[in-house]
Amino acid sequence: MSLIEINEVRKSFGTNEVLKGITIAIEPGEVVAVIGKSGSGKSTLLRCINGLESIDAGSITVAGAQLRPDEAHLRQLRLKVGMIFQQFNLFPHLTAGANVMLSQTVVKKTPKGEAERIARAMLDRVGLAEKFDAYPDQLSGGQQQRTAIARALAMQPIALLCDEITSALDPELVSEVLAVVRGLAADGMTLVMVTHEMKFARDVCNRVVFMHQGRVHEIGPPDKIFAEPATPELQQFLGVQS
Amino acid sequence: MSDFTIWDIVRNLLLATRWTVVLSLAAFVGGGVLGAILLFLRIGKRRLLRNFVKYYVELFQGTPLLMQLFLAFFGLGLFGIDVPAWVAAGAALTLWTAAFLTEIWRGCVESIARGQWEASSSLAMGYVQQMRHVILPQALRVAIPPTVGFLVQVIKGTAVTSIIGFVELSKAGTEVTNATFEPFTVYGIVALIYFAMCWPLSKASQSLERRLNVAHRNQ
Ligand SMILES: Nc1ncnc2c1ncn2[C@@H]1O[C@H](COP(=O)(O)OP(=O)(O)OP(=O)(O)O)[C@@H](O)[C@H]1O
Ligand SMILES: [Mg+2]
Repeated sequence: MSLIEINEVRKSFGTNEVLKGITIAIEPGEVVAVIGKSGSGKSTLLRCINGLESIDAGSITVAGAQLRPDEAHLRQLRLKVGMIFQQFNLFPHLTAGANVMLSQTVVKKTPKGEAERIARAMLDRVGLAEKFDAYPDQLSGGQQQRTAIARALAMQPIALLCDEITSALDPELVSEVLAVVRGLAADGMTLVMVTHEMKFARDVCNRVVFMHQGRVHEIGPPDKIFAEPATPELQQFLGVQS
Repeated sequence: MSDFTIWDIVRNLLLATRWTVVLSLAAFVGGGVLGAILLFLRIGKRRLLRNFVKYYVELFQGTPLLMQLFLAFFGLGLFGIDVPAWVAAGAALTLWTAAFLTEIWRGCVESIARGQWEASSSLAMGYVQQMRHVILPQALRVAIPPTVGFLVQVIKGTAVTSIIGFVELSKAGTEVTNATFEPFTVYGIVALIYFAMCWPLSKASQSLERRLNVAHRNQ
């Protein structure tokens, strides 16, 4: 059975149908890149997977549990699926360490000492062991995003959703964040990433999903998607990108 | 002309100032507590309660404090309830303060970026946990300067209660004038006392705002 099963998912904002029947199955340990033009529904898809947006039709199942729109089920789901945002969204009033500790202590009721131990380990994993006491505004963009990754990892999710996590970064800071993601992929973390980093998608991902106008227009291994795009839309998209 | 020295005037006014201070504090504390409760209803999930608070705020912001005071004082009298001036003054000012503080604080909560809600949601926090650990601590910082600034409005607002006979600083000014026939001196001192109370608060509000802005430049 797949880890994440997305089945005929539809989503509209008012009269604007943004997702028009999406079906994807993601296996444990798989790294999936989602690419496509602006407005094609990539973020909306990711946000539906962890319930930040409700879906109008279809179903989403994570590790055998179907996504339901009530608070208790959503929180169960979010314990399993973490999300990293383009804008980092660290809590600015807390130190990096406290950011990583907060939901462990508040949601999982992990004792403080244990939570701190995990927080230090996670910050170490993203290369920020010495930044435990720094506030977000004392960190560079790349360091903030790595802290956000550590914060999500501390909840021990079985999958991570990443929405253009390097798009808000200065070019020289992109690689340090991608290196962390690469490490996660190597460790077997299931990742679904919306990204414009085509080289990264080609090197690291097992599968690439090309979205176009709210549909999965093409899906396949990166070799095939990038080397032999089948549809004119993908050909044009890749032409524009490179 | 009269047997009153400046010191007599000042002493009488300062004694009455106590009641201005007490009334301001009561309105501020009572209004703060009520305002906090209304705030949670206003930003909560229950539509009916949200609307109730919305109209409450609009009512109190849309009518003069003086009218609210008259209604509290004379209105209840119509029902045969004899309301002492201090009760009417305290109640009206408390309700009025609550309405304004609710609105100020709602603005502060809503100024917190949507990403903070989304990030905390995606970490599986529930509504109360998000409020308690993520939203309110940030909103509180934003709220301090306008809240302190509004205290100045409350202090000045207490002057209105002199009209229903509550003897605070303004009313005492009138009484002392009637006895001394020195309106300029008396009201000059009254103004100075108000200024001495309000000016430090205004300044504090401004400097807090500056300090918090610096601390949060990258937010
Ligand atoms: N909360 C919302 N309310 C209304 N419309 C929305 C909302 N969120 C997204 N949309 C619309 O849905 C469509 C798809 O948006 P989405 O953010 O999923 O695109 P995207 O593929 O992530 O684009 P980008 O590459 O620019 O991030 C757009 O037309 C957008 O305007
Ligand atoms: Mg997007």
